[in-house]
Amino acid sequence: MKVIIVGCSRVGAYLAEQLGAKGHEVTVLDTDAYSFHRLSTGFNGRALVGNGLDQEALRKAGIEDADVFVVVTQGDNRNVMAAQIARHIFHVPRVVCRIYDPLRQELYDTLGLETISPTVVCADMLQEKVEGQ
Amino acid sequence: MYIVVVGSGRVGYYLTKALLDEGHEVVIVEKNVDFCKIINDELGGICVRGDGCEAATLEELGTARADVLIAVTGDDEDNLVACQVAKHKFNVPRTIARIRNPQNEIIFKKLGIDVTVSSTKVILEHIQEEVSAHPLTHLLSIRDKGLEVVEIRISADSKAIGKTLQELVLPPGTKLALIISTTEKPRVPTNDTVIQADDRVIAIVSAEFEEGLRRALGKE
Repeated sequence: MKVIIVGCSRVGAYLAEQLGAKGHEVTVLDTDAYSFHRLSTGFNGRALVGNGLDQEALRKAGIEDADVFVVVTQGDNRNVMAAQIARHIFHVPRVVCRIYDPLRQELYDTLGLETISPTVVCADMLQEKVEGQ
Repeated sequence: MYIVVVGSGRVGYYLTKALLDEGHEVVIVEKNVDFCKIINDELGGICVRGDGCEAATLEELGTARADVLIAVTGDDEDNLVACQVAKHKFNVPRTIARIRNPQNEIIFKKLGIDVTVSSTKVILEHIQEEVSAHPLTHLLSIRDKGLEVVEIRISADSKAIGKTLQELVLPPGTKLALIISTTEKPRVPTNDTVIQADDRVIAIVSAEFEEGLRRALGKE
């Protein structure tokens, strides 16, 4: 699969490495070249400097024939906007985005975006641990 | 009308002032505590500190009864989300977003934002208008004679349109050397040549009469 990951955060970099190791064609996009230091020397994908909200940069990253678009920058709003550009302008078949704010996640879920809220996931897991003791 | 403004930067501040003057009920949402204080000191307690993209904040303000939400923060993505939350969570009938990147107009429209205002585009259009309002380009200076060779584009509202060269009143010593029209080959004009819209006229004029020539071939 051709995968574009926007945001070379810890999650973005880790995911890129994992998918790359499984033989997927991965491109990571980030506005800050320094963030690419999180990728190991063994990373076999592409790392590009560019803004995930900029259509020009997305085209350079190969969005037009991407199978999956994952957006995990630090900003919820940036993530939902990039995800909606990928979906409504470039019609990427699968778009997944991270939204920290549970209320915003709920809204964009109902608007048809595939979203993950680390806040909810993490809190749920912690609650399980606490109550499991 | 009840209007919610998201973002109290310069745009938000002056916009709110104008809307208040027009008699609207306005509330501003602003993240920055210092900006909030300035607004509340100057315009009365109409600024609420909070994130205008958060449903909880918008609910507190009674966004559900708002007629319009205007998002004017400096970030396109924040403006988009504020408008989407207003529209889908609170059914605000009209959402207006400021956008910085003119390219984003398409995605905002697709996602149902009613109006987008791109300051970049507005400025650009004004500049283009200004430029075409002064359709005189210097091509060459003949310094020792004090002459200029210039090109003038005949705009659609020029008073010279339909007149023959003979009928035109040009500044003394001015020569129209060449006419490049959109439909015909470039030609050296005679006294009977008629000036048409979109013609490009190459003229030789003394530097002091340039403005006069511009006026003679310009609009009414």
